[in-house]
Amino acid sequence: MGLTKSSTGRRAAGDGMDSELRQGRSVAALAGNPNVGKSTLFNRLTNMNQHTGNWPGKTVTSAQGLCRSEEREYLMVDIPGSYSLLAHSAEEEVARDFLCFGGADAVLLVCDAGCLERNLNLALQTMELSHRVLVCVNLLDEAGRKGITVDLEELSRRLGVPVIGIVARERSSRAEVLRAMDALLDAPEQEGAYRVRYSAPVEEALARLLPLAEAAAEGRMEPRFLCLRLLEGDEAFLNRADAFLEGALSRDGALLRAAEQERQALEARGIDRDGFEDLLAAGLVMAAEELCHGVVSGSREGYGSRDRQIDRLVTGRRFGYPLMLALLALIFYLTIAGANLPSDWLMARLFRLQELLAAWALRLGFPLWLKGLLIDGAFRVLAWVVSVMLPPMAIFFPLFTLLEDAGYLPRIAYNLDRPFQRCGACGKQALTMAMGFGCNAAGVVGCRIIGSERERLLAQLTNAFVPCNGRFPGLIALLTMFFVGAASGALSTLLSALLLTGLILLGTAATFAATRFLSATVLKGTPSSFILELPPYRRPQLLRVLLRSVLDRTLFVLGRAAAVAAPAGALLWLLANLSLGGESLLAQLSALLDPLGRFLGMDGVILLAFILGFPANEIVLPIVLMAYTAQGSLAPLGELAQVKALLAQNGWTWVTALCVMLFSLMHWPCSTTLLTVRKETGSWRWTAVAALLPTAAGALLCALVASAARLLGL
Amino acid sequence: MNDSSTLDRLRPGQLALVQSLENSGPMRRRLRDIGLIENTLVECLGVSPGGDPAAFRVRGAAIALRREDSRQIRIRVLPPA
Repeated sequence: MGLTKSSTGRRAAGDGMDSELRQGRSVAALAGNPNVGKSTLFNRLTNMNQHTGNWPGKTVTSAQGLCRSEEREYLMVDIPGSYSLLAHSAEEEVARDFLCFGGADAVLLVCDAGCLERNLNLALQTMELSHRVLVCVNLLDEAGRKGITVDLEELSRRLGVPVIGIVARERSSRAEVLRAMDALLDAPEQEGAYRVRYSAPVEEALARLLPLAEAAAEGRMEPRFLCLRLLEGDEAFLNRADAFLEGALSRDGALLRAAEQERQALEARGIDRDGFEDLLAAGLVMAAEELCHGVVSGSREGYGSRDRQIDRLVTGRRFGYPLMLALLALIFYLTIAGANLPSDWLMARLFRLQELLAAWALRLGFPLWLKGLLIDGAFRVLAWVVSVMLPPMAIFFPLFTLLEDAGYLPRIAYNLDRPFQRCGACGKQALTMAMGFGCNAAGVVGCRIIGSERERLLAQLTNAFVPCNGRFPGLIALLTMFFVGAASGALSTLLSALLLTGLILLGTAATFAATRFLSATVLKGTPSSFILELPPYRRPQLLRVLLRSVLDRTLFVLGRAAAVAAPAGALLWLLANLSLGGESLLAQLSALLDPLGRFLGMDGVILLAFILGFPANEIVLPIVLMAYTAQGSLAPLGELAQVKALLAQNGWTWVTALCVMLFSLMHWPCSTTLLTVRKETGSWRWTAVAALLPTAAGALLCALVASAARLLGL
Repeated sequence: MNDSSTLDRLRPGQLALVQSLENSGPMRRRLRDIGLIENTLVECLGVSPGGDPAAFRVRGAAIALRREDSRQIRIRVLPPA
């Protein structure tokens, strides 16, 4: 659910870095393995509240933020977490390219104290291409609890670069990191830093190639790193390097010929590209092992016995699936139980405010049309959106963030990999679905964590089957009004929660069906290889979760919805009050759509609302209500019971509500999501599939339900 | 006693040493990245409720691999400690 200003706004620009931001500032890159607290540190340093989650591969573009130390101003760039710089996936490429060509003045390498040996692999590779590296050993507290201690001084001595220990989630880490960064930039470039010694064939070839490469690199790139890539024959990297060096590489015939000779010589010794990469990996792994020997003491296990116990239950054969369902239902239960009262309270207050505003407007001499446009139009829809959306969101987001923070989400991917595999996809799609709960656009962007292009497309095209935050408050309202009805109190809440869980399961089933359909038709192929880390469980930081999810996600989503809701309300008011030939435009439009709407078990007004809700799903139900009230009854809608009465007056039955819910679950994704699909896939054709697939599924289901209801006379 | 096997046959709780990798392409790279190379100690942690993938402890971390991929990793099973 990585949905924040920074992930969708201008600053998430990805590859490019604003040159104005850069001016007069030192650029520091934050690098590290996935899930080591990089983003936590980034937030700590920049106060930008970029969202962090406890799952591998959270940062999908490089986020940027500013921070000031006593001496300097820094532009911090949070680059995607990666295990190595031998880029394989899009996000690893972003990481490597930034470190290589991004012009960072310093690199902060964040390591997990509980898994230092593996983390050093990336540190050692980074030290091969940067001369200003600061190693931040994070999560010392967590490691300490697992009986792991790290001798930071000795590690620093062995690496030849400064090493500091931090606990990124604690406030004090900020000053410490900034001090170390200032010192790093004040000191001369690191000369005597540790260099990995690869096996003899590699080092010999390197020694011969290095003098030639120094000229081509022109001091703008680390020649040893360039040589390694030349020997490896990494075309993609070399092309970028050549562009970066303005053709200095491709012009250097002597270097390229020498590299080719060395490659052939290596192959003659039985070392092909795979073999060469094996040697590099072995060199790095052994170096890390050696460096850690005597530096890390204790159990040396980041994934400890407590994690084992929890996983035995949570990913176990007997409880794995039931527990997932139970958690989902519990979250919905708490959301619905908690949201009821504040929703009614807000609704009553906001509608009283509407009356007050209307009275003021008249007293101030507003012309009637202006009062209508602003208050009966814009304000009323806005009030609806706020009172229906805010309470469930403010409860759901923190709860979901808790699960995320604790590290539960990768377990969902692990548990669901098998079913996804059967649909020709991979378990990581479950993570993107989880992001889709927050916002489908964020979910589509999140699909970058899936390595295989085919599987990524599957996830992108089916993400909208998961109801986003904009949709499920409406779903909850309809469930509560039409399906729980007579039951009251805790029982009714429980019933709503179970029904909502059922609806989500339906969405999940539809996701599986659609994925399977796609991989049997237009996206044929076999599941690719799959590797997923199950990070250690972490105690969620309650306060931080609360603040972040309320301030960052809730208000952001609400703000976006409101920005759409007010103009849409005004437009709707105009439609309802401008008439052509005696009938209002609204009435004419909905009459036009009515036959189709009825066929789908709804009516013309509802279908019109879905169309007008294209910019943001949040406003669909408010528009329906607005349209009904504009057409006649102007009863004050202070609470849900009155809303239900209004809907019933306009011919709603539980069948209508069911069809609206189904169509809400499955119809075209909102404009933001579709534009994101376009951007991510680079194709209008796939964007069309992403829109048509859920729409077709929803229309089919609605038509079936409506016909069945007609046949049975319901 | 023949104790050489493939990783997919390692049962929960069992330890093994990696002998060689037959995986190719991106998977081989991924395995290298997480430090799963020759002579690495691995332990099977468990199997997911769907029966696949399974989780292994590799250099202190828990890593999930599908049977299809773990089948290509040759191992030598270690006797229980």
